[in-house]
Amino acid sequence: MQYVQDHTIHFYHLHALDWVDIVSALKADPGKTSELQQSISDWHNSSKTYFAGVQDKLKSFVAGGQLGIFANAYWGHPAYKLPPEANLMAVAHYLEALDWQKNIIRMHAILGSKNPHAQTYLVGGMATAINPNDESTLNANSIAHMMQMAQNAKDFVEKVYVPDLLAIASFYKDWAGYGAGVGSYLSYGEFPKDDVSNTDNQFLPRGRILNKDLSKVHPVDQQKVAEYIAHSWYTYPEGDNVSKHPFDGETNYKYTGPKPPYEFLETDKKYSWVKAPRYDDKPMEVGPLARMLVAYASGHERVKELVNGSLKKLAVGPAALFSTLGRTAARGIETLVVAEQLPLWIGELVDNIKKGDLRIHENSKWDPSTWPSEARGYGFHEAPRGSLCHWVKIKDGKISNYQCVVPGTWNASPRDAKGQRGPYETALIGTPVAKPDEPLEILRTVHSFDPCLACAVHVTDVNRKELFKVKVS
Amino acid sequence: MGEAKSGSIYDSLRKKGVSRRDFMKFCSLMAATLALPVGGAARIAEALEKKQKPTLVWLEFQDCCGNTESFLRANDPTVAQIVLDILSVDYHETIMAPAGKQAEKSLSDVVKNQKGKYLVVVEGAIPLKDGGVYCTIGGRTAHDIAKEVCGNAMATIAIGACAWDGGIPAAAPNPTGAVGVKDAVKGITLINLPGCPANVVNLTGTVVHFLTFGSLPLTDSMGRPLFAYGRRIHDACERRAHYDAGRFVQAWGDDGHKKGWCLYQMGCKGPETFKNCPAQKWNQGTSWPVQAGHGCIGCAAPHFWDTMTPFYKRLENVPGFGVEANVDKFGAGLAAATAAGLVVHRILRASKKEKSSEEEK
Repeated sequence: MQYVQDHTIHFYHLHALDWVDIVSALKADPGKTSELQQSISDWHNSSKTYFAGVQDKLKSFVAGGQLGIFANAYWGHPAYKLPPEANLMAVAHYLEALDWQKNIIRMHAILGSKNPHAQTYLVGGMATAINPNDESTLNANSIAHMMQMAQNAKDFVEKVYVPDLLAIASFYKDWAGYGAGVGSYLSYGEFPKDDVSNTDNQFLPRGRILNKDLSKVHPVDQQKVAEYIAHSWYTYPEGDNVSKHPFDGETNYKYTGPKPPYEFLETDKKYSWVKAPRYDDKPMEVGPLARMLVAYASGHERVKELVNGSLKKLAVGPAALFSTLGRTAARGIETLVVAEQLPLWIGELVDNIKKGDLRIHENSKWDPSTWPSEARGYGFHEAPRGSLCHWVKIKDGKISNYQCVVPGTWNASPRDAKGQRGPYETALIGTPVAKPDEPLEILRTVHSFDPCLACAVHVTDVNRKELFKVKVS
Repeated sequence: MGEAKSGSIYDSLRKKGVSRRDFMKFCSLMAATLALPVGGAARIAEALEKKQKPTLVWLEFQDCCGNTESFLRANDPTVAQIVLDILSVDYHETIMAPAGKQAEKSLSDVVKNQKGKYLVVVEGAIPLKDGGVYCTIGGRTAHDIAKEVCGNAMATIAIGACAWDGGIPAAAPNPTGAVGVKDAVKGITLINLPGCPANVVNLTGTVVHFLTFGSLPLTDSMGRPLFAYGRRIHDACERRAHYDAGRFVQAWGDDGHKKGWCLYQMGCKGPETFKNCPAQKWNQGTSWPVQAGHGCIGCAAPHFWDTMTPFYKRLENVPGFGVEANVDKFGAGLAAATAAGLVVHRILRASKKEKSSEEEK
């Protein structure tokens, strides 16, 4: 459910306004918006009256003069290509998605106590007790609620998100030619089908794609991960040009950047708090695009069907996947693939309960006194934003080293000691900018990665005279 | 109740299709959150029918965006609209449409044009060490921005554990010298909504209290509103009867766990934590940690990463069985005590370690 909710919020609330011009929606003909909606799906909110109502709300909001989060944006920018009717449809769904997301995520509250920051995860299982004959635990009632939410989640993704995505993408097909990034992709795989330690049997497979070659899926071994700090504000005792595996990783911070307040970072020196993780010494993109490409190349039936169907609908070839548009589309496709599984996975829980399997936790290693005096381990998973792995070393019951390499570190990494750029930086090369003082196009590509941080992109001319600065969050 | 004044919050809601019924439902919900006496809902409604939308800016520093996510979960189906419509949120990096210089313009316009009239929410800790280089936005330090934006605001709301006392960035050894707003910007009107994250109901409650009564809600000695942090979790807990009867979960998934028994022995920090989780719950009243089967981790308690860990070790010295009035009347031995008190508390815990592990067997 986290995938479904995160991706949908990202699309409507953190990314859509790079493509959708809200102000243009004021000029839309609600009747034509209704026709457009009915032509792309059978979603129930599709009447002329409904869209006229949304437009009236928008008009009243604008007339109120307090534009809040929508003030000072790039409205009217020449890079906005949607007709007013499509803009109005997207605005309506922006508002619907805002309501929808907080309702479906109550599933997290049932299983995890609250959202955000679910609190029932344990080392070795979950703290959510199951007992069909008690009202204070997971029972038939709570399962029925979850099933309902899963259904609502799937409906919205199927009938609103994915149709919107394809409709909007059809006006921005040129974006299949920009924002490719490093062209190599990593996925640890996610949603184990049986034993969690069986990494070869996951609903979304693990693997790597190298140099945009979908004919081969390469294996993943955590030992091949290492982090550089040549351009990051850290030091290694062996010197700043080596890379270190996270088990031996160090976080010795040493800021050497300009004294704030400053305008520019010194990008030829160290310029980031993010380290530069590399797999087999190569930068990797992680996230929904990486997972969908690995699944596609691994022969995942449903992913292949949806990816091929989308490419056909947009009349573009597989090369279009390696782009800003491909990245945004892959997120939508993944949302649907996962949303379709939710009711089935809840069904599996029901089957287990029917069989009398009420286990929630493996207790044998719970007590630290059962641990060896020295231990180490790693845990990986695919967060919605991408590959995430933690490495831990334990000595005498206490953590002696802990290193995380998270999706943002992979994608937002600065250059490494060999000068190789990370995915964000590479993806921006060649991006056209229609109005240098309003670089909307930069936002499109950086937002397509679903960044977990605010970053700054300076638009400068060849003489390094700053034309504009874009802060992306 | 008369016609809504043109331009009032209610008027703007009405124009956006919010029914009178939904509006009153929201007012009642707020009255309940704020623990107002009978008639509280009508008073809130009256205030919202008169007032213009106040401006709010939201700053993010050393944070994980958890409080922003919490904000997006605003409760009732109409509350999401109401929260957006009650306030004019002019700056919020995560959800605002503009970026870069335009975004900065949105913020500087507010500071310049509405000096002393706007509200500011701060999410995340503020690092002070080494001139504040550990958190900069657009080349400015978090500390610099906070001083300017909070310093010119009518009032500041520090949301979440990090903005309150530094939270996880400030956990020992606090490498970046992270502190909460209270220690970074002095002399401002400040209200603290700790928690990891804070529950959006308490944010809305604080804002509506302000709109209704023209003042910030009463707080305890740590600047937390009494309506939300006035009661001890342990005293309002749905599993309290099991505690009093000595029925404790001993292992995850054991018989007691399957019957909803008390989680005290699994490390629950409810006896040392003051917050309205048991009453308000989370996500439209769906659940909260103890209901879901996991103990409270004390995320609304001071410096909880240092004082409430290990999360799964049970508390020592839980004083008394009575209902305590509030944290200020609650005795020593608490995590809420001074740093020195905490050390003493630690020693007590350590010295009882052997005994308690025997008891647990």
